[in-house]
Amino acid sequence: MSLSSVLNIAGSGMAAQSIRLNTTASNIANAESASSSVDETYRARKPWFSVMEKEMMAPSRDSNGMMMVDEAMGAGVKVDGIIEKDAPLQARFQPDHPMANDDGYVYYPNVNVVEEMTDMMSSSRSYQMNVEVLKTAKQMLQRTLTLGQ
Amino acid sequence: MGAINFSNALGIHDDALQLRSRRAEVLANNLANADTPGFKARDFDFKSILAEEASKQSSSGLSMTTTHEGHMAIGTSGADSELKYRFQTQPSIDGNTVDAQTEQAEFARNSLDYNATFEFLNGKFKGMRNAIRGE
Repeated sequence: MSLSSVLNIAGSGMAAQSIRLNTTASNIANAESASSSVDETYRARKPWFSVMEKEMMAPSRDSNGMMMVDEAMGAGVKVDGIIEKDAPLQARFQPDHPMANDDGYVYYPNVNVVEEMTDMMSSSRSYQMNVEVLKTAKQMLQRTLTLGQ
Repeated sequence: MGAINFSNALGIHDDALQLRSRRAEVLANNLANADTPGFKARDFDFKSILAEEASKQSSSGLSMTTTHEGHMAIGTSGADSELKYRFQTQPSIDGNTVDAQTEQAEFARNSLDYNATFEFLNGKFKGMRNAIRGE
C-alpha cells in the first residue's frame, strides 16, 4: 500500500526534524557553558540527514510485467549521526572566572546562537510540513475506506 | 460480454487511483528529505508515460505478453524509468533540489486528483449496485 508508506515517510521526517530541534535546544542551552580546557568544552552539534533507501527485495512487477517503481525511490529520511562542529572555540581572557586556567583563559562553546535560531525555525517549519503531509494522507486513506458505501 | 466484469466496469479509474497514491509517496519522500544534503527531488513524468502508452496503443497487436515473472516489457529501461528528477528552480549550497512550496502544491494537487478519481470510482460502484438491485 503506497498510502500507508506515505505515513511512514512523513513519520520519518517528523522524527528527523525533532532530533534536529533537540540538538538545537542542546546547543542553545549550552551556549554559555564555559570550561577551562579545550577538550572539555561543549561543541555545537548537528544531525546528519540522509535518504532512507528501501530494502532491495526481489523486484515486484505489475500485471504488464513492468517493474514496480517502489524499489526506485527512497522511503523517507534518516539521521545518520550527530556531528560536532569543528569551528574554533571562543577563548576569553577572564582571570577572575572560577573556571579560568593557569593563563587566565576560559573557553566558551563554538555555538552561534543566531545560526541556531534560524535552524530552529527551519526545523519547526519542516516538521509542520510533514504533519500536513501526514494529515492529508490520513484523509485520503479514510476516504478510501468509504469506497462503495 | 454478459455479466458485470469488474475490470471492464471500472475503466481506468482503479489504475489511476493506484498511480495517485504512488505519486503521493514520491512527493512525501521529497518533502521528508527537504533538508537532506544532496537529495534530488523526483516525480513522475506523465507526458512521457502517456506518449509511451499511446505508442503502445497505436501499435496494438505488436505488444508482447509476459508469461514469466522474469520477462520485461519492451521500452522500459529499468526500475526507475518512470521517475524523473525535477528541474531546480533555485540552487542551494548543499546540493538539495527540493523546493518545499512546489512540492507542497504538487502534493495538494495530487490529493485533489486522488479525491476526483475516488469519486469516479465510487460512482462506478454505485452504478453497478443500482444495476444489481434493478431500481
